[in-house]
Amino acid sequence: MTEETKAPAATERPSRPFGERSGGGDRPRFGGGGGRSGPGGPPREGGRKFFRRKKVCKFCTEKIADINYKDYRLLGQFVAESGKIVPRRLTGVCSPHQHRLASAIKQARNIALLPFAGRAS
Amino acid sequence: MNRTYELMFIVRPDMADEDLDKLVSNLETTVTSAAGAVKSIDRMGKRRLAYTVRKFREGIYILMTIEGAGTVIHELERRLRVTEQVIKFLTVRVDQEQKRLDKIQKLRDSRKKASAQPAASAEEAPAAAEPPTADVPTATV
Repeated sequence: MTEETKAPAATERPSRPFGERSGGGDRPRFGGGGGRSGPGGPPREGGRKFFRRKKVCKFCTEKIADINYKDYRLLGQFVAESGKIVPRRLTGVCSPHQHRLASAIKQARNIALLPFAGRAS
Repeated sequence: MNRTYELMFIVRPDMADEDLDKLVSNLETTVTSAAGAVKSIDRMGKRRLAYTVRKFREGIYILMTIEGAGTVIHELERRLRVTEQVIKFLTVRVDQEQKRLDKIQKLRDSRKKASAQPAASAEEAPAAAEPPTADVPTATV
């Protein structure tokens, strides 16, 4: 008796849900809600059944170390039509490069190489 | 005292060439008199601006690389602010970034050299292996 009551749910997470787990159906869930993983599989996504093809960071693959405000053509690839900086989840850029890219774009905007808003001429 | 800065400024497009030269040489003398050094001056030519600046659609871009302390830049920027022909300027400090890039370049060069060496030694090994095998039969005989 004591062994049953002693073993808490935290030590081991079997795939079958305990009775105390909030009802999410009887579908096995590993490690909790699992809502963070994005389009990793059928659960959580509306109807998407496929893996989104993993986008790679352009700077990492092409080994571009220098992200300068002066090369507006390179920076212009990461700027939308409206002039906004495109988010990382769309371009696939990795985090440190996205920071450098954003700083470079802001510097380029200040020196009128890129627009703040509107189409880039 | 060895900070490196990049100063990019835009000059109004209807400025004459000689006035531009005068302006640039004035800035150079400012730098040298403030114990700095001008490493390079790059005239990038007339470009269309991404947005209108002081009612101008185009401008002449000039890039100067300067070595010196922060006071040099302070003085330079003060002058640029006063100069009517200069419509925009931007100063960026580049020595830390340059250090990082040099480090990456060195790393990449050393990696290339290391990968070139096994190829060279692989060529030597079969060449070295042949004479011993040639020697062995004669030795046994």
